[in-house]
Amino acid sequence: MPFACIFVPDFPVEALLRAEPELRSRSLAVLEGKAPLQKVFAVNENARRTGVSQGMTKLQIEACSGLILRARSLPQEDVAHAALLDCAQSFSPRVEAAGCDTIVLDLAGLQPLFGPLPKIARALARRASDLGLEGSVAVAGNSDAATLAARGFSGVTVIPEGKEAEHLGSLPVEVLFENSTQESTHLLETFSRWGIRKLRDLAALPDIALSERLGQAGVHLQALARGATSRTLVPVELPLIFEEVVELEYPLVLLEPLAFLLGRLLEQLCARLEARALATQELRLRLELENGWQAEDFSTTNGATSVLARPSGAQARQSFQRTLRLPVPLLDPKTFLKLLQLDLKAHPPGAPIVKIHLAAEPVRPRAAQSGLFLPPAPEPEKLELTLARIAGIVGEDKVGSLELLDTHRPEGFRMQRFAPESFSPQRHPLTALRAGSDREKNSSCFSVQKNPSVSPCLRGECDLVTALRIFRPPINVAVIMQEGKPAYINCPRNKAMPGEILWAAGPWRSSGDWWEREGWARDEWDIAVQGVDIALYRLVRDRLGGRWILEGTYD
Amino acid sequence: MSSVPLVSTAAVGRFVGVAAPLAFERLSAMPKLAGITSASQLEVRPTPQMVSSGVREIDALTGGLPRGCLTEVCGPASSGRTSVLLAALAAATQRQEVCALVDISDAFNPHSAAAAGVNFEKMLWVRCGHLHKSGSPQGRRVTEKKNEKIEKPVEQALRVTDLLLQSGGFGLVIIDLGDTPLKMARRIPLASWFRFQRAVEHTATVLFVISQVPCAQTCASLLLKVSGKKLSALSCQLSIETSPAHAQLLDGLQVQGELLRSRLERKPAGSVTASFATKVG
Repeated sequence: MPFACIFVPDFPVEALLRAEPELRSRSLAVLEGKAPLQKVFAVNENARRTGVSQGMTKLQIEACSGLILRARSLPQEDVAHAALLDCAQSFSPRVEAAGCDTIVLDLAGLQPLFGPLPKIARALARRASDLGLEGSVAVAGNSDAATLAARGFSGVTVIPEGKEAEHLGSLPVEVLFENSTQESTHLLETFSRWGIRKLRDLAALPDIALSERLGQAGVHLQALARGATSRTLVPVELPLIFEEVVELEYPLVLLEPLAFLLGRLLEQLCARLEARALATQELRLRLELENGWQAEDFSTTNGATSVLARPSGAQARQSFQRTLRLPVPLLDPKTFLKLLQLDLKAHPPGAPIVKIHLAAEPVRPRAAQSGLFLPPAPEPEKLELTLARIAGIVGEDKVGSLELLDTHRPEGFRMQRFAPESFSPQRHPLTALRAGSDREKNSSCFSVQKNPSVSPCLRGECDLVTALRIFRPPINVAVIMQEGKPAYINCPRNKAMPGEILWAAGPWRSSGDWWEREGWARDEWDIAVQGVDIALYRLVRDRLGGRWILEGTYD
Repeated sequence: MSSVPLVSTAAVGRFVGVAAPLAFERLSAMPKLAGITSASQLEVRPTPQMVSSGVREIDALTGGLPRGCLTEVCGPASSGRTSVLLAALAAATQRQEVCALVDISDAFNPHSAAAAGVNFEKMLWVRCGHLHKSGSPQGRRVTEKKNEKIEKPVEQALRVTDLLLQSGGFGLVIIDLGDTPLKMARRIPLASWFRFQRAVEHTATVLFVISQVPCAQTCASLLLKVSGKKLSALSCQLSIETSPAHAQLLDGLQVQGELLRSRLERKPAGSVTASFATKVG
């Protein structure tokens, strides 16, 4: 059974380079510890060539020119490890995390799907590179041989079955020891005294003599050197968490560089989702802000939340959260970036940013089949961007579709998110209608409701509904009554509003919500007023407040 | 000396019959004239597809609303133009098309629309009638709140309409200038209307504008003027003494529509006016 191993050398460095790939060609050292006692934890190959090695202090390496220093980031290493697992699990369901920088896959049964073993190995390396991790990939007949080959050889290595000893023989014995422990140091010293430099030397030692001197540990090491071990994988089952984190060296104050970083994080996130054949319908952005700043704008809006946590101590930071909920599952990093940019422009964090968390909620991708006879509709990605841009112009609560509420109260509706794909053809378009007054119930236009699928121009004689245009806000007027009906109207704000009321019909009395805190009671009149032409208005008297308003005009 | 024609009539005839095609071939081979298309090869603009406006009489008058064109309905208050708007909206949503309403004055009444049969799930409502602070261009700081400008409703509406038309996919886009003051409506530059007209050309979108006076000018392929023929409840009675107010009932409007301009061929070409009635919903 073939196994593959992906090994990422200098893993802490690679985890940081995922967020800053432009530093890959430079000398980079990762520091760990508290200042001023920081020491080098990991270096890349370029830094190693200049003489920087693990364990050196910061003072020792500061003299090196061209060396870039970064602090170790455990969250970024976790995210990189998760990305590595995603890469492996996109090929095989049986994956073992042998270390934070080493992943072993069982390739049994995959050749009919992905092709011969060398092709699978190259695809693995390419996929890992797409996720920002440059590593070595090896394929062998058992998992331990594959692991040793990945650690010892750079690039892609394929060991034919049965040839493990021959291929592994040239590797140094240090490759057998992943971590530097007291026992491994003792064994290496022993091998050094014996003149054992390569694995082939260790493999050639007599079994019994080795076991007498080094015990079972020595026998196990010899089996590894021969590539003759066999063990079952311990598969890893991780929850589907897609999150990218980046800690910044210096606080960000401009939105443009923030957008640049977000774009990079979104590309990696989408690549990981794509590797699992998933999409996302919700993006959660959490920004950690610099201490000592008072955030200004944390309004809560429909579809997005902002949370402010006040610092309770010197170490606590304020955080700023935004959640983007999409109407359909999407997987386009450019669309996501544009939506986040528009959202952050409308709701800026209010303080410099020191850390970025970006998470995506995984869902199954949308399966849409276009029909030849379906009417045209906006593309969901374009529509979402357009709605975000429009919301930036008119305000988030001023764009969307509307829903009539189950109330007789005037203006009994609310704005909601516009999602035309959720339309159900079975729903009657008039089921949400609530008559605003008694006369609407008696209108003969209700005969139209019985045949909602018929085009309006094919309905009966009562075709058109008289529309009422609403004045928002309603216009305050002064009314003079005569014999119980309005006779004269005067509008202080609009001098052009004529005075005499030619005709009036009403009143129609309605009231409601008297059991609530905000009850309402009103008398409605239809009036005709002579201006340039005769215009029809709806005049309302608020019986609770006593004021007169012009609610709208019939048009 | 009698005048002798330099060229005989017969010779001219022979020239036209034989030499002219050769001359045309040589002319078209000239580099300077290579980009000129002869009239016989000009592409004929296809007739736009017509869709129902939701009002039978208007469909009979105009043939419907043309796709890919700008249609304008103008008229004073209480002339019936908003009723025509709701009918067009209801017809479009009934056809399962996604529609957008750019409401400059925020005058849309959901209850009237529901009575007209509008499917709200297919309708995007953009309410412009509020002054809103919009952010400055890119490069903005995460902390600052400066450079925010107050946009007027008409400016908002023009930007929103641009975005909707560029996004595409809408079956009907309506711009409601019904309550916009005449001064502001007339200030909308003609270039904006040209841009909108070009944006919907060759698409399936119907761009529908209602206003008090014609605003789009030559950009409108169809211009319909509506006026209140008579207010049915009033009839000839302007006196308020004949019957008490509680016995009066507004049962609708009598609307007269007049086709002022149509660039579309109407078959058969008939009357330019149509009358129809609305009922209170």
